[in-house]
Amino acid sequence: MSNAPVDKGRRRFLTVATSVVGGAGAVAAAVPFIASWNPSARARIAGAPVEMKIDKIEPGQLVRSEWRGSPVWVIRRTPAMVEQLNLTDDRVRDPNSDQPQQPEYAKNQHRSIDPEWFVAVGICTHLGCSPQFLPRNFTNMDGIESGFFCPCHGSRFDIAGRVFQGVPAPTNLVVPPHYFVDESTILIGVDEGAA
Amino acid sequence: MSRLMNWIDKRLPVSNSLKLHVTQYPAPKNFNFWYLMGSLALVVLVNQIVTGIWLTMNYDTSATGAFASIEYIMRDVEYGWLLRYMHSTGASFFFIVVYLHMFRGLMYGSYQKPRELLWVFGMLIFLVLMAEAFMGYMLPWGQMSFWGAQVIISLFGAIPYVGDALTTWIRGDYVISGATLNRFFALHVIALPLVLVILVFLHIIALHEVGSNNPDGVDTKKPKGTVPDEEKAPFEFHERYTNKYDIVDSVPFHPYYTVKDIVGLAGFLILFALVLFFEPTMGGQFLESPNFEAADPMRTPEHIAPVWYFTPFYAILAAVPNAVLGVVMMFLAIVVLFLVPWLDRSTVRSVRYRSGFHKANLALLVVSFVILGFVGALPPTEFWTVVGRIFTFTYFAFFVLLFIYSKNEKTKPVPERVTK
Repeated sequence: MSNAPVDKGRRRFLTVATSVVGGAGAVAAAVPFIASWNPSARARIAGAPVEMKIDKIEPGQLVRSEWRGSPVWVIRRTPAMVEQLNLTDDRVRDPNSDQPQQPEYAKNQHRSIDPEWFVAVGICTHLGCSPQFLPRNFTNMDGIESGFFCPCHGSRFDIAGRVFQGVPAPTNLVVPPHYFVDESTILIGVDEGAA
Repeated sequence: MSRLMNWIDKRLPVSNSLKLHVTQYPAPKNFNFWYLMGSLALVVLVNQIVTGIWLTMNYDTSATGAFASIEYIMRDVEYGWLLRYMHSTGASFFFIVVYLHMFRGLMYGSYQKPRELLWVFGMLIFLVLMAEAFMGYMLPWGQMSFWGAQVIISLFGAIPYVGDALTTWIRGDYVISGATLNRFFALHVIALPLVLVILVFLHIIALHEVGSNNPDGVDTKKPKGTVPDEEKAPFEFHERYTNKYDIVDSVPFHPYYTVKDIVGLAGFLILFALVLFFEPTMGGQFLESPNFEAADPMRTPEHIAPVWYFTPFYAILAAVPNAVLGVVMMFLAIVVLFLVPWLDRSTVRSVRYRSGFHKANLALLVVSFVILGFVGALPPTEFWTVVGRIFTFTYFAFFVLLFIYSKNEKTKPVPERVTK
């Protein structure tokens, strides 16, 4: 036992150093606890992007796929269908897609990357039924031949998934993130460059 | 027996703690009806913990089995229906007594100096209780469990930039799923109850440090040496209190208030049993009818409303036309309650001696809160949205007005001692 005076500088250094190292350890120890709340590998695989071949799809045809438990539609629109969007512009609730129901690159009149190809989650934004695709006889309105009709509560969407006025559904159909991998393949569920 | 107590007391301060907090704790003698709520809340907490433990014994935490296991508890487990209804009825009664307890505090200024921290602990209890109730409501995995959780978790999606990642993190999946159910179960049955019990402990310790307020809002602990012996309360109180203060108009908590609280408890249990045995869903208010249907992620119920004790805050959320701002206002409605000890700048505690303006303002708060509660339970029509906006405004107006007028409020003379 020595009776040397307390070296306060050394004591302070040791206190600070111990606190910093201990604090860093506490932060590091928190990482697994916080990260374990993220979706598990199984959930991530179940929610992984879906690849789809599109070279066999005929003009005017709809093909279904499944992504994160919901039906996803890929539709190859004919030029006549795209033309109808000019007629529906003033009959839909949100013609410019101001509601964030689509990625930035689908915020346009045709709500897609390429006017020919329309990709959407096939779930009515009202109560979650899956609307029907009607390529013909959609309405008796002049020139508006095709669109989506929800049999549950009668909501109507035009061929770009824009909801008509005066129906129960509040917003346009959801366009999932997607991009064209090449001429004949589309990847649904992820933005280009994000994968 | 006394030798055993002696042996224990040398190693653990049992007798001393009992005297300090129960048999020799001075409580003002003029407590009224409103002062029953604290002990009732404690009883309900015990009820929730005990019935909750028993419910976990037959509950299945998986998304495929949860709903069926609740029906199993209700139909096949002996007295399962009773345990479950005691738990669900207890949840609503918890909020009834806690809201009344909070109103008592507002009415008699129980948050004022030196009881600010006591109030803050109380508010933390309220906050944890809301989280606890929300997560518990999800466990039956009915339609309202699922879609209610969907709506509430989506609130966090309104936060700019991190919103989406945050909601995915909370859910542990891209949709509400078994992963979400399991973590909510873990939080509901162990994490939050643990926090709750610790907070209740701190709340009581803080209360006993500063002493109970009373309906007159006057101090019953006078500075040491200022009160002649014949005016002191004629009881033996713990020296912890008498060393610092001269205690007037007080009685020992036990037996005086334990007996009173038992009478209150008897009345409470009559009401509790009425609901429990005759109307356990309370007409769809305590248990909403869509929740008797298993969760279906593909189909939303016609009308989603939270359980009654959340509706005032839900109405504030719905009243604001902007999603982000709505969430902010909803949380702000709770944050302002934390700030009440500093918003009220008056030194007169009890509403009995405060201005008519303060009484009217307090009434405004109660009316706003109740009407918001009604509005939050209704489908959002244009008319009710306007009503919701008006009373959201008046709810917040209470706090703003309180801050403004309380500085120079015209109060009545406060008596030296508690009144009859």
